[in-house]
Amino acid sequence: MADATLRIFRGTRDGGETADYHVPIAPGMVVLDALHYVQKYRAPDLAVRWNCKAGKCGSCSAEVNGRPRLTCKTRMDSLPQDQPITIRPMKSFPVIKDLVTDVSWNYKVNKKIPAFQPRPGVEWKMSQADVDRVQEFRKCIECFLCQNVCHVLREHDKHDQFGGPRFFVRVAGLEMHPLDGVSRTKLLKDELGIGLCNITKCCTEVCPEEIHITDNAIIPLKERVVDDFYDPVLRLVRKITGAGKAAK
Amino acid sequence: MNDIDNNDKYETHEHDVLIIGAGGAGLRAAIEALAQGAKVGVVCKSLLGKAHTVMAEGGIAAAMCNVDAADGWRAHFRDTMRGGKFVNHWRMAQIHAQESADRVNELEQWGALFDRTPDGSILQRAFGGHTYKRLCHVGDRTGLEMIRTLQDRGVQMGFDVYMECAITRLLKDGDRVAGAFGYWRENGRFVVFKAKSVVIATGGIGKAWPITSNSWESTGDGLALAYDAGAELLDMEFVQFHPTGMVWPPGVQGLLVTEAVRGEGGILRNKSGERFMERYDPQRMELSTRDQVARAIYTEVKEGRGSEHGGAFLDISHKPAEYVKKKLPSMYHQFKELADVDITKQPMEVGPTCHYMMGGIRVGAEGGEASVPGLFAAGEAAAGLHGANRLGGNSLSDLVVFGRRAGLAAVEHAKKTSAPAIDSAQIAEAEREMLAPFERKDGENPYLLHEELQEIMQDLAGIFRTEKDLTEALDEIGKLKERSARLSIGGSRMFNPGWHMCRDLKSMLTVTEAVTRSALARRESRGAHSRIDYPKFDPVWGKQNNVISQRGDAMDLRQVPTSEMPEELQALLADEKGT
Repeated sequence: MADATLRIFRGTRDGGETADYHVPIAPGMVVLDALHYVQKYRAPDLAVRWNCKAGKCGSCSAEVNGRPRLTCKTRMDSLPQDQPITIRPMKSFPVIKDLVTDVSWNYKVNKKIPAFQPRPGVEWKMSQADVDRVQEFRKCIECFLCQNVCHVLREHDKHDQFGGPRFFVRVAGLEMHPLDGVSRTKLLKDELGIGLCNITKCCTEVCPEEIHITDNAIIPLKERVVDDFYDPVLRLVRKITGAGKAAK
Repeated sequence: MNDIDNNDKYETHEHDVLIIGAGGAGLRAAIEALAQGAKVGVVCKSLLGKAHTVMAEGGIAAAMCNVDAADGWRAHFRDTMRGGKFVNHWRMAQIHAQESADRVNELEQWGALFDRTPDGSILQRAFGGHTYKRLCHVGDRTGLEMIRTLQDRGVQMGFDVYMECAITRLLKDGDRVAGAFGYWRENGRFVVFKAKSVVIATGGIGKAWPITSNSWESTGDGLALAYDAGAELLDMEFVQFHPTGMVWPPGVQGLLVTEAVRGEGGILRNKSGERFMERYDPQRMELSTRDQVARAIYTEVKEGRGSEHGGAFLDISHKPAEYVKKKLPSMYHQFKELADVDITKQPMEVGPTCHYMMGGIRVGAEGGEASVPGLFAAGEAAAGLHGANRLGGNSLSDLVVFGRRAGLAAVEHAKKTSAPAIDSAQIAEAEREMLAPFERKDGENPYLLHEELQEIMQDLAGIFRTEKDLTEALDEIGKLKERSARLSIGGSRMFNPGWHMCRDLKSMLTVTEAVTRSALARRESRGAHSRIDYPKFDPVWGKQNNVISQRGDAMDLRQVPTSEMPEELQALLADEKGT
């Protein structure tokens, strides 16, 4: 059976270097299987975060040959075998150890987002067509690969001004919920910094759930922000009629 | 006594209610305890939102009557008792059937978005063992929807979550539970939690078998922690093998193929194309209970009628491709990406995979109280609701119905309890135990020992069992236990999975011994427990449950009578023809 060489980052926030491990290849093997092989036979203390190994939990994100991927869904036979396969932790988050990064910043951003709040006296009926649109956003498994590739975070390190694609998806799921009664446009503008996104679609490209992050979440949210804060006619109409959600 | 308050050596947190586990049951317990005004801490081994609930696919069972008006709690109760072969705790089955619809509505009010009926209500689908269309669902990712909804609710209410923190021991104050000791996975530092009530919601034990749908977390920690603290374990022989796990390629062996495939009309065939369920359960066919379908597939394969890789064929390709992609999106992607199979055109190869623990901590039916004061359990870690076999969809409903009740009961207990005192000697002992693998050199490799344990359980305590095999298993587990005293690990305490495995292995050794002892004792076949040497129901065993507890250093097993059901419920069961 053929062997592959994994070139894995070993280290902590204080630095580190890659180490090579040879792994026998089995049919259908994914990168996470290979990492488990390394743990079992070569380096029992190799730090890897994973849970379901089925693409459903979004824990095992890493950069495989420079591409951000879920290691549980990356087939070894999809990678060139004649050269070492490099596996590094996600770049946009601080390394804890080896392939495990500190993603706690995401949980802090999430806390800022007001939860679903039904409109008063609402009837709990929704059509599938209305629900479909939101269910796309609810597919998110929080692998944070979109956060990892977003250049606002990755290159410009604007973690303190910007929420990142994951949380635009979350806000979109709330804002477009057929029965929701809260507006989050002020939060999007001021705290999540949606204006910083210049729709390069890097996030959409890496999403393992194939959520159309840019087209279906970010652009409609940007439009809502524009409507609420920068469109004088609409503002006037709303002021007179009292229509629409109150922007918070 | 030297109380830990006088000892600043350890990071210490204090709560009214400490919840171990952040899946559906733990989160629902936390939400309820918070709603009651308690100070609540949630500890979980993984990041928030990654617990095993996230993998639940098919749906949540509740008699909402949106699709079948004839449904109702009585029918759901009857199906649950029948599925569990009547050794379930009747009161839990009743509460569960009566309350699950409220819990589903509550999830919707907290923002969950289920699939809809044409008139805009929550859609329900058919599932094995359920007489009516009863499973509320979101395609085949219902668990994700549920955990995200509960997670957001908890965050909104402001719970304290200790992520990537593992508990290794329950701490006691005399007879009562007083908190827990654990370590941070990130840096290996130890942490002490003081609490008036502790709720165990740690899920299952599937990682003790090699072919399993369970994640690395399902190592039976909560059951072992409770057992070590003096609590009783119930029905440990009842381990569910889900009939349809992936069988090929090897790396994905055991990965779940949702029962929703059969719920949506999927057909099982053997290698000659025969629809073999006609021979095993002609009435219910593919929608028979999981124990029956798992045995059927196993038997087909064993008798030479299996697929190339030792499974059966599950086919949904007769349905329109767009329908399959819409209702089973993650199955479509899973097979396409991991097995090069397009399920809209080709059949899937499937075989049994260790999936769920019906047994667990013995609890009171109303509030999940264990036999140790201050200790509660809910969800898969608790036993009683499902009896000898769980119906699909009854787990997600179990989590929210009994998670809520355990949270409530834990608060009630905390209210009437004084702050506990914890003897520092317990903590020193817990620390010593955790550090030991670093002090040994060239001892046993925890990963390899785990693999050996898995092989033993697969070969000797799997779907079909015999006295000879189980006796051998017990003997082998004993040997592994001795060897586990010589586990060693290198590296540092920083995020060191090998070190974590040393502790998880100890939990697995405890629960596998309990499973094996209970399986040996039950000399009959019932639900998920199939004895080749005792293939029939035994009316005596039909009226008793196995209870495991610690006696000195040994594991004690005794039988207790099943709970006596009121006449009106008995009449319900007799209403139609039984199983």
